[in-house]
Amino acid sequence: MHDRVTRPILCALAVAALITGACSTTGTPTTGPSGSGAAAAGKPFVFASTQFTPVEEQERMRTKILAGFNAAQVDFITEAENDSISRITAEAKVGGQGQVGLLGYENGQFGTLATAGYLSDISSLLGKYTDRKIPQDMVTLGKLGTSTQLYIPWMQATYFLAINKKALPYKPDGVDENALTYDQLIAWGKNIKDKTGLARIGLPAGPNSLLHRLLQGFLYPSYTGGLVTTYKSADAVTMWGKVKELWAVSHPQSTTYAFMQEPLQSEEVWIGFDHVARLINVLKAKPNDFIAVPAPAGPKGRYYMSVVVGLAIPKTTPNRAGAEALIDYLLKPDTQVTTLRENSFFPVVDVKLPSDLDKGLQLEANAVAKQATAKDAKVVPLPVGLGAKGGDFNKALVDTFQRIVIKGENIQTVLNEQGVLLQKAVSDANAPCWGPDGTSSGPCQVK
Amino acid sequence: MLLLPSIAFLALLILVPMVQALLLSVQAEGGELTLEHFRRMSSDVAFSDAFRNTLVLLILIVPLQIALALVMALIVHSRIKGHAWFLYVYAIPLAISDLAAGILWLAIFTERGYLNTVLQGVGVLETPHTWLAYTDFATLLAAIVIAESWRATALVLVILIAGLQLIPRDYFEAADLFGASRLRRTIHVVLPLLRPSLQSALIIRTIFAFQTFAVVFALAGRNMPVLYGEAYNWYSLNRNPNVAAAYAVVLLTLTIGCTIVYLRVLHVGRAETTR
Repeated sequence: MHDRVTRPILCALAVAALITGACSTTGTPTTGPSGSGAAAAGKPFVFASTQFTPVEEQERMRTKILAGFNAAQVDFITEAENDSISRITAEAKVGGQGQVGLLGYENGQFGTLATAGYLSDISSLLGKYTDRKIPQDMVTLGKLGTSTQLYIPWMQATYFLAINKKALPYKPDGVDENALTYDQLIAWGKNIKDKTGLARIGLPAGPNSLLHRLLQGFLYPSYTGGLVTTYKSADAVTMWGKVKELWAVSHPQSTTYAFMQEPLQSEEVWIGFDHVARLINVLKAKPNDFIAVPAPAGPKGRYYMSVVVGLAIPKTTPNRAGAEALIDYLLKPDTQVTTLRENSFFPVVDVKLPSDLDKGLQLEANAVAKQATAKDAKVVPLPVGLGAKGGDFNKALVDTFQRIVIKGENIQTVLNEQGVLLQKAVSDANAPCWGPDGTSSGPCQVK
Repeated sequence: MLLLPSIAFLALLILVPMVQALLLSVQAEGGELTLEHFRRMSSDVAFSDAFRNTLVLLILIVPLQIALALVMALIVHSRIKGHAWFLYVYAIPLAISDLAAGILWLAIFTERGYLNTVLQGVGVLETPHTWLAYTDFATLLAAIVIAESWRATALVLVILIAGLQLIPRDYFEAADLFGASRLRRTIHVVLPLLRPSLQSALIIRTIFAFQTFAVVFALAGRNMPVLYGEAYNWYSLNRNPNVAAAYAVVLLTLTIGCTIVYLRVLHVGRAETTR
């Protein structure tokens, strides 16, 4: 009897302990001082970021990337977007000084805090960085549609094609792999399929893949010049026809792929299109077997999505001078290279990459540079201002793909029906147009 | 009185989350009652496929596993040479998590996997065959049924072996005395006496079949939506806990419905269950 009474109580206690334990680790800074400087000036502060979620990346951030920063004691923590926004909102509502001194978010994640007016104006800092040559469009993104600078670009990532050299003999005549178009990519895939009997192009279309980003940042703008405002246009119908052609020469297991580096490594796929961080392992493992090339171009240009991560100072920062010093430190060419080496995020400042860079990283760096400097290159940011409705927005697009490409439904019918859901996501979030869609006074309108 | 701690335990960890899920599925953002989440669920592109696939998997997997587990249990129970060894081998999948099992079978069935390597090695195939293509639903389904049967049959086996061991030896001796063959003994003695265990096994296995997810997720990706997987997708990918809860409520209803049917159809008398 004793056992029957105590066991459930013990279980409940254990569960309670687990829950409180979990809460306390997410709520407080998790490391000691990262800068080794004993002569730290000013108050210690927290550097909160939505990036570097893998534990190894966080560890490398604390022990390697931040190792040379001595101006103040900094605790680097990684938080989910919503948690981090809630925390800054709470600190702002309490007023005075909070714990978080600096924020490192993706471009699209700053919207809520910017609208609420919780971010400091850091326009005065910009002058210090003119010699570091941060690309102007990127700097403009940091204004978040206002007239003041609310964040300064910190690092970037993008997507490109990794190609196994075994695919090169099947490249159609006269095609420059560094300036591919979607039509040429389809022809290349068809050639491989005709000659080997195997579909060797791979698209990340599985669960947890970034298929929605390929649609938002590459296919849609390259074919229609927009995304929301051209969602059900005639150009969009053409685009979906091309996507179906591309799919026909893509590996039929593509619907299971989340990270293209895996099927590329097993050579199930020869040509893979994905995010830099989802290709790096195969390029590091087999740098001699691969080339890396820019994303293809469509009729409207070579649109590519740039994931820009920026640094912003919340108005409640406990140490403004320290936060500014940290921005300066993170934007130093040396720190930017260390960030690339350790965590595979690319520099935003003009920097000559060292010759001893890992071969896989070198491949990525070259592809990223070629993509950014291509004559027809146009950059697309991550969706802006969708907040919690981002999930609905992405789902509307992925379901469009599912219905048109996998299930073979009528293109225009699907676009009309899914367009209603896409509009609902944008309207619920009250998000004005962004990126290639231009600007709008109210919520962006699906056309 | 002695039941109180278990009741409290059940209430805290099962009843409360169940009520919370129910509330989530019918509450709008402002807190008022709505059927919007259910509408959203049923009009979703994956819903009808998920519903169908879950039932198809259930119909294929549950009888297959019960039959397999019964044969396996009889082998172990027959005390033939090495029967203990059989039990250990059969039980191995029990120690492996769903997703790990899914990834393991992916390594077998994927285009560059073990199956194609072996088939090419012995000359059956010239070029690798894509077993997990979205274009070939039957093969995809077969791969999932094989993987899922491998993974979860042992669970049924354990229940059946326990049931077999509860049958008193006297019955077998009596059957032998009357000259019953092994087959007749199985049909007329073992199966009727095993009914309570079969019922438990069926109920438990059916509940788990509704929760089939990780193996399907690993092998078929987006090709074969199932109800449980959609609940996960809506919660984690689409960040919509309300629709996820609506899926959970559908699963709950189906599970309770099936359990009631089993209890009625296989109606095990009180005497048998307490034997």
